[in-house]
Amino acid sequence: MNAAAGLAPPLIRARHLFKTYPARDGTPVAALSDVSFHVGHGEFVTVVGPSGCGKSTLLRMICGILPAGEGELALRGAPVTGPSASVGVVFQSPVLLAWRSVLDNVLLPIDVQRRGRTAYLPRARELLAMAGLSQFEGKYPHELSGGMQQRVAIVRALIHDPDLLLMDEPFGALDAMTREQMNLDLLRLWRGSGKTVMLVTHSIPEAVFLADRVIVMSPRPGRISEIVTVDLPRPRRLAMMATAEFGRLTETIRAHFGAHGEFDA
Amino acid sequence: MTRAPTWLLSAILAVVLLALWEGAVRLFAIPVIVIPPPSAVAAALWQGFGNGELVANFWITLAEVVLGFIAGAAFGLVAGALIGLFPLLERTLYPYIVAFQTVPKVAIAPIFVVWFGFGIASKVVITATIAFFPVLANTIMGLRAAPAEQVDLMLALTASRWQVLRMVRFPQALPYVFVGLDVAIVLAVIGAIVGEFVGAQGGLGFLILQHDFNFDMPGVFAILVLLSALGTGLHWIVTATQRRVVFWLHDPAHRTIGA
Ligand SMILES: Nc1ncnc2c1ncn2[C@@H]1O[C@H](COP(=O)(O)OP(=O)(O)O)[C@@H](O)[C@H]1O
Ligand SMILES: [Mg+2]
Repeated sequence: MNAAAGLAPPLIRARHLFKTYPARDGTPVAALSDVSFHVGHGEFVTVVGPSGCGKSTLLRMICGILPAGEGELALRGAPVTGPSASVGVVFQSPVLLAWRSVLDNVLLPIDVQRRGRTAYLPRARELLAMAGLSQFEGKYPHELSGGMQQRVAIVRALIHDPDLLLMDEPFGALDAMTREQMNLDLLRLWRGSGKTVMLVTHSIPEAVFLADRVIVMSPRPGRISEIVTVDLPRPRRLAMMATAEFGRLTETIRAHFGAHGEFDA
Repeated sequence: MTRAPTWLLSAILAVVLLALWEGAVRLFAIPVIVIPPPSAVAAALWQGFGNGELVANFWITLAEVVLGFIAGAAFGLVAGALIGLFPLLERTLYPYIVAFQTVPKVAIAPIFVVWFGFGIASKVVITATIAFFPVLANTIMGLRAAPAEQVDLMLALTASRWQVLRMVRFPQALPYVFVGLDVAIVLAVIGAIVGEFVGAQGGLGFLILQHDFNFDMPGVFAILVLLSALGTGLHWIVTATQRRVVFWLHDPAHRTIGA
């Protein structure tokens, strides 16, 4: 779990990270300010905070599509200089390619990284089956519901067996029922996989329910207010949301945002 | 309402309009050289097909339209791709293309006839210059249509610039390209006729002038019917191709630029 104590470097290490967007007009926007944390191998970490506090900025820097700012950001001890093939990403919208079938969308990382489709076809089918999408592999995105599309996006993020999964508000566009089911399904996929997950969310209960640790961020400029350790047993069950411990953890986090009312869940 | 009754209504409407036209011409005794009745137009069509005059000139115009369309669309696609991919070209070259586009093609048609002669070549060139711009403008637009998130996803997957183009930007541009092609094919028919009006030895536009000269109004109207059928047929071919190629676009946002 918390592998920081080991000799090997943590999977993600951020030290005194700053990020400022250049000014298009007027003053530059400070999106991240003095952000330090680490994520161990196999850990499930969630990031929670109000809109505009730099969550997406942080995730985009880790997946290497946004140039790092000042400070240190390292994956497995090596500074992040660009995207890495051993990372999987899921955005808030499914971002499926309309002209590719479900199966072809899932195999997109394989095509891009020229890994050879035949070797990954069984894995694609297996993951689609786990996501309950077996009968849909030949369908096109517009024939699927929003929840199903997001499942395809998650399967796509896992197809090349990345050891780090980065998710930016992956369930933010789904209704509450679908969302709970997706949380359970995600934990089921993650358990025993040895993968590390860093998931950004808007919802405090979701952040607590999924995580080993919750990174709580505050805005203007984005900084970390607290990192909360969640000691709830695994596997997690929806009933745990009714426990005193769960309530205590969500209250701890909510206290950082006071009466601003920025959280909906 | 189901499909069949709409179809039927449309047919009935055509019959009613034609009957009204025929009746009005007879009732008010309008001379044939002003407005010919549909019956006379039909007779002229029959006669034109019978003596081979319509068919022979139809092939000439069709060849001009198709060749001009292919040439114009090909240039539009290539130039659009280059301008869409290299912002420097957009700032340096595109203004000149727009300036050229604002010159009415009718005004330069005589020049092309001088340069390329009275044969089919000058008409193909005129048609191509008209078909070029809508394809160009829509291709440029289409290459920008890829949502930033799709590009981000590709980059996060370690895609190269070329892979982003091939796997995202090109397919994303296709619906726009087809909008351009659809505009271009209809304009291509206009282009060919304009060219033939300016100076030609054959073609449906050339034939219109001949019949006009002889005060043969039914003959002129017969050609107009044929031209309309030609344009509709070509438009239908482009639309049918679009539906097959851009099959995922079940709700086409028809945005038309540069007509
Ligand atoms: N490309 C950009 N250019 C300028 N400012 C940006 C850009 N992206 C984000 N920002 C600003 O940076 C701050 C953090 O944004 P973001 O990381 O998207 O926050 P979050 O994901 O937590 O909502 C916001 O104030 C936002 O307006
Ligand atoms: Mg965000």
